[in-house]
Amino acid sequence: MRRVLAHAGLSVGALVMLYPLLWMITASLRPNTEIFSSPGLIPEHPTLGNYALGWSSTGTSFGIYIMNSLIICAAVVIGNVLTCSLTAYAFARLTFVGRKTLFAVMLATIMLPGHVTLIAQYSIFRKLNWIDTFWPMIVPSFLATDAFFVFLMVQFIRSIPVELDDAARIDGCGVWGIYRRIILPLLSPALVTTAIFSFIWTWNNFFSQLIYLSTRTRLTVPVALRGFLDATGSSEWGALFAMSVVTLVPVVVVFVIFQRRILAGMAHTGLK
Amino acid sequence: MISRLRQSVPAYLFLLPWLIGVLGLTIGPMLLSLYYSFTDYALLNTPEWTGLHNYTALFQDSRYLHSLRVTFIYVGVSVPLEMAFALAVAVLLNRGLKGLAVYRALYYIPSLLGGSVAIALLWQQIFGSDGLLNDVLGIFGIHGRGWISEPGTALWTLILLRVWQFGAPMVIFLAGLRQIPDEVLEAAEVDGAGRWQRFWRVTLPLLSPVVFFNLVLQIIGAFQAFTPAFVISGGKGGPSDSTLFYTLYLYQQAFGNFRMGYAAAMAWVLLLIIAVFTGLNFVLGRTWVFYGDEGVRR
Repeated sequence: MRRVLAHAGLSVGALVMLYPLLWMITASLRPNTEIFSSPGLIPEHPTLGNYALGWSSTGTSFGIYIMNSLIICAAVVIGNVLTCSLTAYAFARLTFVGRKTLFAVMLATIMLPGHVTLIAQYSIFRKLNWIDTFWPMIVPSFLATDAFFVFLMVQFIRSIPVELDDAARIDGCGVWGIYRRIILPLLSPALVTTAIFSFIWTWNNFFSQLIYLSTRTRLTVPVALRGFLDATGSSEWGALFAMSVVTLVPVVVVFVIFQRRILAGMAHTGLK
Repeated sequence: MISRLRQSVPAYLFLLPWLIGVLGLTIGPMLLSLYYSFTDYALLNTPEWTGLHNYTALFQDSRYLHSLRVTFIYVGVSVPLEMAFALAVAVLLNRGLKGLAVYRALYYIPSLLGGSVAIALLWQQIFGSDGLLNDVLGIFGIHGRGWISEPGTALWTLILLRVWQFGAPMVIFLAGLRQIPDEVLEAAEVDGAGRWQRFWRVTLPLLSPVVFFNLVLQIIGAFQAFTPAFVISGGKGGPSDSTLFYTLYLYQQAFGNFRMGYAAAMAWVLLLIIAVFTGLNFVLGRTWVFYGDEGVRR
């Protein structure tokens, strides 16, 4: 009986939590007049018109925004996987002068609020003529600035037995060989976690894309979506919701495919 | 010493990208921001030294003080609520119910999507005067209001949006609960402890490091919240500045008025505030976080 009650409570709770999302999906299938009058989930006059309208109504195809977001996401994923693993390997396995201090610096940067570097970064990127380009989003990821992933990988490498390194050394591997042939393959679960979170966070990231991008054809999905109603000059809520659904789909798909890994990664690290 | 330095060379080659990043994109800009905070700087001019002027001006700026108040209310209300929901649902889920994985995934979805612009826009519709919430209330004959257009309620819709994302700390709580060995709870039961007593006297103390960890992270995150307030208020922080988050005001000063020096001073004060809260957490944490490890796998 207790069990039935618990299940009932949890299901109702989940339904209440997810109702806004479900409603948004059905709202994207309704004509505008119906959106503001129907709290239910089943459209009376279902239509795909909102999707067609939303795709083109900002004057630039929504496909362009998606492409821009994907380019940035792909670059960030590659940058993070590559440079964070190099950094983590050095911290976890190599001995060098200043290791403790640098490791402490790395840990401290995880907690650092980005605003404290924001103004100066903006003026530096401006001097480099990088405003209104993708570089301010991409370059930092190739310099291992997301220390959170470095930390994640350091933890993971520490769990790989050092004997494997020693064996490889006897077989003639240098530090690079050990990184390339031993650590990198065994690190792949952490690399996948890094790739997934890099993708989701970059896809959803709004702030830096907002301040750095301005030309319409260079906008990314979140920035385009936020200017949607201004750009269409109307209250096309149906079209807006249609495009909102389109932007949420990639994240949901990634979540469904990698659910276990995402939740395990969350449990280990505790970041959103 | 020379040989030790020579030994360090390969490591530094591996660290090269990170070193460039930490110097060029973190520590360098931090110090440069600190310098800007003592200047009058509008991006196009050369920064002009004004000493402490930006800092003293901050505390005479009523909008700034108001943004502090708004942010403190937001952090102070949303974080405890979010944590309470996360803990309650995690404990409920941890009783070996079937379908745990499904529930966990469903409750986590809002955390995954909640920070996006799409959800902020959805929120704007739901809590608008003819939005979803009022439609639902209308069924029960209740005449709702414009939750987002009225200063008395706008901030609460943002608080609700954060609490809605309790799935992230919940997943961490669940992982923590699994580390608590059944024998400990069984022993307490044998000793006659009831359900509540077991929760308060056994589960919660053993879980306290995880509670602490979540608390620190959530507070740091909440202080930096930006996207929902920006999107829902159309970048203004309204109505009547009721959703003027700290970071939103910082954004307005930096990229609306181009008062870069002023914004840099705001950023440094934010860093200090977050550092103080984190430090306070660690000091107070000593009184309630239990790091004992007898019989506990950690």
